Amino acid sequence: MAATARRRETWAAFGFLSPWLIGFLVFMGGPMVASLVLSLTDYDVLTSTRFVGADNYRELLADPKVRTSLANTLVYTLLHVPVTMAVSLALAMLLVRAGRRSAGFFRTVFYLPTVTPKVAVGVLFLLLFNGQVGLVNEVLGFVGVSGPDWTSDGPWIKPGLVLMGAWSLGSTVIIYLAALQDVPRDLYEAAEMDGASPWARFRAVTVPMISGALFFTLIINTISGLQTFDEVYTAFYGSSNQQSYGNDAALFYVVYLFQQAFQFLHMGYASALAWLLFLIIVAITLVQVRLSRRFVYYESE
Amino acid sequence: MAIRVWRAAVGTVLVVALAAGCGGVGRSTPKSGGDAVILTMMGFGTGDEIARTRFDAANAAIAPAAAKASEGSFNAQQFLSAVASGTPPDLVYMERRLLGTYAAKKALMPLGDCVTRENVDMSQFREAAVTEATLGGTLYGLPDFSNNRVLMINDSVLSAAGLDPARFTTSDWPALSAATARLTSISGGRLRRIGFDPKIPEFLPLWARANGADMVSSDGRTARLDDPKVIEALTYTVGLVNAQGGWARFKSFRDSFDFFGAKNQFATGQLGAFPMEDFYLNVLAENSPKVKLTVAPFLGVDGKPVDWITGNAWAIPAKTRHADLACKWIKTMTDSTTWIAAAKARASARLAAGKPFTGVYTGNKKADEVIFRDVVRPGGNPAFDTAVQTVLRTQEAGFATPALAAGEEFKAAWQDAVNRVLDGKQQPAEALAQAQRQAQAALDEARSGS
Repeated sequence: MAATARRRETWAAFGFLSPWLIGFLVFMGGPMVASLVLSLTDYDVLTSTRFVGADNYRELLADPKVRTSLANTLVYTLLHVPVTMAVSLALAMLLVRAGRRSAGFFRTVFYLPTVTPKVAVGVLFLLLFNGQVGLVNEVLGFVGVSGPDWTSDGPWIKPGLVLMGAWSLGSTVIIYLAALQDVPRDLYEAAEMDGASPWARFRAVTVPMISGALFFTLIINTISGLQTFDEVYTAFYGSSNQQSYGNDAALFYVVYLFQQAFQFLHMGYASALAWLLFLIIVAITLVQVRLSRRFVYYESE
Repeated sequence: MAIRVWRAAVGTVLVVALAAGCGGVGRSTPKSGGDAVILTMMGFGTGDEIARTRFDAANAAIAPAAAKASEGSFNAQQFLSAVASGTPPDLVYMERRLLGTYAAKKALMPLGDCVTRENVDMSQFREAAVTEATLGGTLYGLPDFSNNRVLMINDSVLSAAGLDPARFTTSDWPALSAATARLTSISGGRLRRIGFDPKIPEFLPLWARANGADMVSSDGRTARLDDPKVIEALTYTVGLVNAQGGWARFKSFRDSFDFFGAKNQFATGQLGAFPMEDFYLNVLAENSPKVKLTVAPFLGVDGKPVDWITGNAWAIPAKTRHADLACKWIKTMTDSTTWIAAAKARASARLAAGKPFTGVYTGNKKADEVIFRDVVRPGGNPAFDTAVQTVLRTQEAGFATPALAAGEEFKAAWQDAVNRVLDGKQQPAEALAQAQRQAQAALDEARSGS
């Protein structure tokens, strides 16, 4: 009797889960399996599909643009993630100290840019970071610094994009703020009574207590960094005219994948590129998870 | 309880499933019983009098059937999805340079039968425009608008530098370099004026042709990017950019222009001269009607005019169910009488708004002839009237790149090469040799797969 009820409840649970399950199978699982199969073919949507085995994977290992785009993406991620995390944490710590009303105001201000469409961020990047008339260089000029050509000088494109990435760090700030507000006050009081300096309190109390949030944002920011597309594509490849000026330094991995798929109609090859990125993300995430065991503190443990 | 749980769960699934259902472009559908059909299309909107008048005329030609405008420009993803799902549009409007890629993959219908059946007068079209819509000797699109490239010279800037705009020419490269040096202004570490913008990478085919070379064979099968004359053209034009502060500074400065506004680079004196598409004359006429401008043909090193023509075309997807109607529709749309009617409608609208009609450049030479003879009237600025005549003369010397089976990859190969040189990563010969290998491989692969 109890077993029947449990079975019934299990099925009911699946019933309630079914919108997500169906969505996952139709929009995620299905396409993923399809792309895995397509990665083994020469497929251009318009003509018949030809099985080519591992040819696409062999080709991508020899493709210099894969190396370039991967290097660009990794460099960007390595710069973007620490900068985002450090600035977000600093802002969140300021917010925690702010008064109740002002904290609410600044929380909204910090989060607002996050809802800006990425396409708009790409256009903003071109305006703000223009080397000749952009606001960023104008401001640098006030303090006597002659800013670089962020949008057209190869070596400065990625640093510019990293700074622009700060535009959307609002969600990370909110996560840190929630984590900081959860740190028990008595831990700080105890540390203070023991004579711990502010830096020591930050290192010994704050960081361990919010390490779960730090780890979570490390993972999601790393993944989003590796998948960067919208703002870069808008800024450097969005129109036929912009494509003419495509700088190698702005050729990010997903941008190259998109070009192969929808500009050159190499869908099979693009699928192989997608799977390589998936494997890279899985590998990096596994390493992060392994490392996290040493650094992340969970209250339930 | 269990029944309620199930009902709720099933209901939720149904709602989600229905909400997830989405329509594509859709096949042409019967209008409301009878034989009348609605033709679907991609890439064309009816935003102005010229588009609307022609659209209405083409629809009248296939009545009681009609075509439904799509709005928005051609989108490869949308087109591929529609073809892959077996619901291609009946008509597609795209840049002529894209035709080859889709034609090679048999996604577009050859128009030989259409031309014969509907007695399309092919002699009315500009030869270069037809070349750009022809792959391997087969026509895949009827030419629509055309873009000519001419030299636009900012008279005020040249006069201030003591140069005569009438003598400014692209045929004498050393003299052009010297003039560029006089026109360019750099101060305080900043570029204040571009003396002459060669418009590379995008205009490299124009420079190559001006130097006596084609970047691809006339049958579209053999890349010629490593031709010494192409290398020479690239070396020269990159030299012009480097002499004006280098690419990074040059491009940043150019990106800051109010290109489509009243404070454009001609009005503000930020540019001396550049080769440009003819549509920009209309932009200047609209925003800077009093600007002092000289428009001259872009001259090759042999002193003869060179005009690289590109543009749009109408094509019919291979799997349309209404090929006959679609053929009749695109015939009417691109016919000279339709263009002339549209130009008259535009001229009336401009007159009502108190503005001059500066003309429209089409792939139809018969239409251009009548429009510029009978419809366009001199405006307030003689500079623009002279400019129009120059464009008309120049387009007689028009050339086009033939449709290529791997057009996008070919273009990406040479443009990437130019960007690598501009960025200082490679020398012209090395970059173009690499581009040649990539472009030829892409052309060969596209042909073998087609």
